[in-house]
Amino acid sequence: MVTKVNLQRRQLLIGSVAAGVAGATAAAPVRDGELGAPPQTIRGAVPFKEGTADAPPGASGSGYTYFTPVEATFIEAAVSRLIPNDPVGPGAVEANVPFFLDRQLAGPFGRGDHYYLGGPWPKGVPEQGYQSRFSPAQMYRAAIAAIDQYVVANLSAPSFSKLSAADQDKTLKGLESGDIKLDGGVDSKTFFGMLLQNTKEGYFSDPIYGGNKDMSAWKMIGFPGAHYNYKDWVTRHGERVPFPTVGFKGRPGWREG
Amino acid sequence: MATTLKPVDAVLVGFGWTGAIMGQQLCDAGLNVVALERGPWRDTATDFATGFAQDELRYMWRHHLFQNVADDTLTIRNNVNQEALPMRRLGSFLLGTGVGSGGVHWNGQIWRFLPTDFQTKSHNEKRYGKKSVTDYDMTVQDWGVTYDELEPHYDQFDKLCGTSGKAGNLQGKIQPGGNPFEGPRANEYPTPPMAQTYGPTLFGKAAAELGRHPFPHPTGNMSEAYTNPLGAQMGACTYCGFCEKFGCGNYSKASPQTTVLPYLLRKSNFTLRTECEVLRVELTPDKKRATGVTYVNSAGEEFFQPAEMVILGAYVLQNVRLLLLSGIGKPYDPKTGEGVVGKNYAYQTMSSVNVFFDDKIINPFIGAGALATVIDDFNGDNFDHGGLGFIGGAYIAGMVTGGRPIEMIYTPQGTPAWGMEWKHAAAKNYLRSFSLSIHGSCMSARGNYLDLDPTYRDIHGRPMLRMTFDFTQNDHKMSDYLTDRAAEVAKAMNPREIKLNRRTGSWSVTPYQTTHNTGGAIMGDNPKNSVVNKYLQVWDVPNVFSMGAGAFPQNAGYNPTGTLAALAYMSAEAIKSQYLKAPGPMVRA
Repeated sequence: MVTKVNLQRRQLLIGSVAAGVAGATAAAPVRDGELGAPPQTIRGAVPFKEGTADAPPGASGSGYTYFTPVEATFIEAAVSRLIPNDPVGPGAVEANVPFFLDRQLAGPFGRGDHYYLGGPWPKGVPEQGYQSRFSPAQMYRAAIAAIDQYVVANLSAPSFSKLSAADQDKTLKGLESGDIKLDGGVDSKTFFGMLLQNTKEGYFSDPIYGGNKDMSAWKMIGFPGAHYNYKDWVTRHGERVPFPTVGFKGRPGWREG
Repeated sequence: MATTLKPVDAVLVGFGWTGAIMGQQLCDAGLNVVALERGPWRDTATDFATGFAQDELRYMWRHHLFQNVADDTLTIRNNVNQEALPMRRLGSFLLGTGVGSGGVHWNGQIWRFLPTDFQTKSHNEKRYGKKSVTDYDMTVQDWGVTYDELEPHYDQFDKLCGTSGKAGNLQGKIQPGGNPFEGPRANEYPTPPMAQTYGPTLFGKAAAELGRHPFPHPTGNMSEAYTNPLGAQMGACTYCGFCEKFGCGNYSKASPQTTVLPYLLRKSNFTLRTECEVLRVELTPDKKRATGVTYVNSAGEEFFQPAEMVILGAYVLQNVRLLLLSGIGKPYDPKTGEGVVGKNYAYQTMSSVNVFFDDKIINPFIGAGALATVIDDFNGDNFDHGGLGFIGGAYIAGMVTGGRPIEMIYTPQGTPAWGMEWKHAAAKNYLRSFSLSIHGSCMSARGNYLDLDPTYRDIHGRPMLRMTFDFTQNDHKMSDYLTDRAAEVAKAMNPREIKLNRRTGSWSVTPYQTTHNTGGAIMGDNPKNSVVNKYLQVWDVPNVFSMGAGAFPQNAGYNPTGTLAALAYMSAEAIKSQYLKAPGPMVRA
């Protein structure tokens, strides 16, 4: 969370406070770039204050804070089938995607910070998109339990993670198509879509969010990362751009994160 | 109880492109203007600075600069027989919020509509017969304004933005290298076109071989440094590939922040209040005049801002909702076809063709929001529609806006979405593929409209807006025909393979298509068929003006910003030259 510039002092200095409005201070806490920052009155100048950049909220620490050990076992097994490891490039587990997912679900995304979750909650038609009451964190919790329950009941194994790779793939395909129906109010297709999307997010987002370890997923495809200027290469058609891969915190040999 | 504030000459509701333009125009005319923006203050150095602006996860997938649907959303359905449900997450369109709004995270694609686009009904009727504009329950109309009337105002917006491009029609003379189908321009673009990367260049060559007329996409991404008439300075684009859906950290993309705010915010007769959401426009008891607006700030305090003029400059969907919530104009009824507010909601009919090479390194990460080579041969009425069974068209663009890897990895037909095969396809094709975008028109139809939802309410207790929309058979036929034309160009590039992503089935709220919602507060030549006149003045309440693409009676095959900006300039001009001298209706019904 980042607190935005409070303009009151600056405005007083330039003598342009609109009475009764800029004085309001009882604002709600700042939300993620959205409604709820204190109201401001801006007049006479483009406001600017040093040290108020809206820096990205990276992941920190190690280990899981959201997933239970059982959930973590499921996630590690599932994402290693969604993006398996081989010499071409890292698997999702090798790229640290489970840690990324954990931090995402423990934070604002997991709470459904940018979802509307108010009722009523009819299922609707597929064209109406996400229609669950669950926030993403609730969805993962309910879905993982429901999938393990399905495995116990139908595949005579103790959990998804104990299935053979082939049976794991078969189960994931059944979720993807919606052929497998889950209990617990979970729509299997909806959960699968969320898990796959979030897995690719962890695989390909900047390493500050905890996944894409060593920028290995970017290196695999040839994306050089967050470079500022390609001007010299715009018309060098068909040539490989020799820039080393770089993230927000730099790269090995330049500046260690 | 709302606190009543000091009256002002004009209150601007929303502070994106049209708010900034109207603010500048009206303040320069000496008016005392207050702008109310419901989102936060935002600027380049603090909110999307180089160093952290290129963050695909945060901005694109976590919606950091977009409207938060947790606070405000709408309900959606394909037809009146369905129950509308809330759009619980952004998908098909990515709404803006905050100062600059969508003008911060747009691509910078600056188009003019074709002269015939403004006569969709009468022109097509004349050329293809009456049925051509009424088939599939279409309700297309003429705009009540002509290209020639708008041309000086398109020119104003080009000069504000420093638009980079090459004219194709200068004062009626066709120019080599530009779009030969465009309406005549008084002036060349302010800055030359951007340099084209490999993908767009291959597209242009192949299109020319087929006899098409390729030209560089006109852009609000600067090909070189530019100082606009307000003294605002922009730098040359560095092709970083984080432009559409992102704020530009380099002052290279035209936005309210880069083109208007440095000038406007210094004016003593202008005040901007952020985190202030307008709840409704207040009217006199006879509903013939607005007295001002009531708004609530993020501290929960309510204010009444009296104003001589109310300018609705929020996004299409919000403007229409405010009209409905305020009791301005007669709501549209799809059963009877009566009423006007909410009528003719339309969208944009998008499809694409992915192109895969073995032998060519495309480097898709070198990009900009409007970096493309385009053909306009099959847009609007630039081609004979005889026997085709549809009206309208699309531009086809060989476009590389960037290579953001979560969103933009193309894999060949039949590739699974996950697993080893997907990973290998991603690794193999990322550097060697790009996409052609088919940017199609969307004709209005009787069953497509906006009204207030009977069930769902927003955080202020007001009914949400309800959107009832589906693509018509006209749009599907157009899109299929245009996708085939794009495929011809794709094949002429001699790729290993191509993949067609046609527009099939009903409109869905996922995945992303485009944030070009139009209509609902449409313009026209009389109050029976429209909400506003050609100066965007509300027929029923002449001191209320409704800006934006809500005024489009149907949507042409172009990005809307150039046209909605031109309409705003034309409205400002009329306010200054006519309305202020004699406040009242500027067009007699």
